[in-house]
This record gives sequence, C-alpha cells and structure tokens, in this order.
Amino acid sequence: MSILINCINLNKKYMNKVALEEITLKFESGKIYGVLGPNGSGKTTLMKIIADLHKQSSGEITVCGNKPSHETRSKVAYMPTENFVYGWMKVKDSLAFYNDMYADFDMNKALDLMTFMELDLNQKVSSLSTGQRARLKISLTICRDAEVIMLDEPLNGLDPISRTKIKECIIEQFDENSVMIVSTHLVTEIEQILDEVIFLGNGRLVLQGRAEDLRFERGKSIEDIYREVFAHA
Amino acid sequence: MEFNNDLPIYQQIINMIKHDIVSGKIPSGQKLLSTRDLAIKLKVNPNTIQRVYKELETEEVCLTKRGLGTFVTEEEEMILVMKEALVSDMVKTFVEGMVKLNYNKENIIEKINRQFEKEDQQDVNIN
Repeated sequence: MSILINCINLNKKYMNKVALEEITLKFESGKIYGVLGPNGSGKTTLMKIIADLHKQSSGEITVCGNKPSHETRSKVAYMPTENFVYGWMKVKDSLAFYNDMYADFDMNKALDLMTFMELDLNQKVSSLSTGQRARLKISLTICRDAEVIMLDEPLNGLDPISRTKIKECIIEQFDENSVMIVSTHLVTEIEQILDEVIFLGNGRLVLQGRAEDLRFERGKSIEDIYREVFAHA
Repeated sequence: MEFNNDLPIYQQIINMIKHDIVSGKIPSGQKLLSTRDLAIKLKVNPNTIQRVYKELETEEVCLTKRGLGTFVTEEEEMILVMKEALVSDMVKTFVEGMVKLNYNKENIIEKINRQFEKEDQQDVNIN
C-alpha cells in the first residue's frame, strides 16, 4: 500500500468565497474512499485540484509523488458531474475517442463493460437516457488503467437498477494498485463499498476514518453519522 | 443480502458464513468464492471480504491454499466447536432478553414448551 495523494494544509478560495480550508489528507492505493458532504461542501473542488483542473490558493498537494501537472493528469481518471460525452457521437465513437485520447484506455475492457451496462454500441449519445449516459460516463472513466480514479456523484439522479450496476462495476473494476475516490451525498447507497470515509462540511474536514471502525465505535451506520455531523448544514 | 449498516459489515458476513457452515449449507472442505466474486455478490468492498477470510483463517474455520483459494476446514471437531459457540450465543441472547422481560427459569421453559407444542400442532395439520 502506498500513498498516492498527499494534501497538506490545502486552501482554495474563489474570490472571497472559501471552498476548502486547511485540508490535510492522505489517499492510499488499494482503498475506496468516500468523500461525503452536502452540496457546496468542497467535494468537487478537492477532486478538481487532484485532477489538475483547479489550482489551490495555498498549501501543498502531490499526486503520485508529483505536483499536479499535465504529467500527473495521465495518471488520474476523473469523472466530473457534467456531461462530457459528445452528443453527436455514437457510443462506439466515444469509446474510440477515449482510446485515442488516453494511452491507458483498455478498449477490450470497455467493450465488455458495454455488454454489462447494456449499452448499444451503435446508439447515438444524444439519444441515451440519463441512466444510460451515466453508465457510459463511468465506463469511459473506469476503463482507464489510471492510478487515481475519481467519480464525482456517480449515483445522482439514477434509478435503482443503474445504481446497482454502477456499484457492481466499481467493485469489479477496482484494483489494489490504484485508489478510488467517490463523492456523494447518497450515503446509504454506497457506504458498503467504502473503505474510508471523509466528511467535508463548508470546506473543512469534519470527520475521517475507516468505515468499519466508525460503525463499530459509534454503533451507527455511516448514513446516521452523516446525518448527525451535518444536522445543521 | 441486506446488511445492518449499524454494525461492522465484516462481522455480519463472518456470522453468515459460520451459520452456513454449521447448518451444512456450505459443506466442510468446500471452496469459498474468491474475494472479488463474493464482494460482487454481496455488493461490498473487496477489502471487507479479505478481512472476513483473514479472520476466519485466524479462527481456523477456513484455510487459504496458496493459488487455489480459501476452503472451509475439514475438521469436524472445529465445526462442532463453532456450532457450540453459535448456539450458546443465541441461547444467551434469548435468555437475557426474556430475563429483561421479567421471566424466570420456569416461565421461560414453559414458553419454550408451548412453542414446540404449537409447532407440533402445525406439523400435524400439514401432515
């Protein structure tokens, strides 16, 4: 197990608005982390800094041993909440596009995954349902053999069947040499697949620990702890 | 399988596997699913299953053969010990619950007898 991401006193401001405040965190390989917190708590900002899409205002961060840069980007697969797949493409075109874009994209895995996700290679992306599009987004991200895989809100707005498929996909594709970071506020849905949980509230680190330890210590589910921690949020 | 998220999940899976071994649903010597397959089946983190297998191994309920997988022990004695532990746990929980409801030994035994009579009655009806 090695430390893949190390954040020390990370701060981020957008103009006067504080998005992250004094975040010190480590992410190790072989674990699935849940970044949990209400809307506006800094989950996406943290992921975007790791993905080198935002720069911190102060503090230090290393990703796979280096400061975020175009070099670390090749080791980080990030699925944003936004829709990043071109509507005019067919499903198979979007796979080919990713295959061209990323050297670590595993086309065979992606094709297998299309069957599992019940996506038709010849369907146009613009005609996919919300659930189908979410399944395509996650497939594209997870089929990269990256050391850091980040999924921003992978379950939002999806029906139970799509959620189950996405969870199964995360468990199946997760590999012990990489780290997986999943942000969500749908805690119940995902808590069984998490090793570690990180609670963010108003840009601050509120609570952090192993999911099983927290359940044991408090005799409560992660969902209940979440409700307790963010009762006033 | 539905988990109670208030308790450590690995503990619940350990209990589930022990129950299945004791009841014979998983025969002795049987190979268990791989870590990942069981994780997918139960929809839990693969590390949780790894911990489950490690713990079962420490308790000598299972053994891991390198490159082959994890197997249930073939020692019947071990399984008997496990059964004994599970049963006394269940009885303990039951008795403690009854005592909390102010039942004494005689009342409890009477209740148990009555329950068996009811079940026998049902069996007669079915037959």
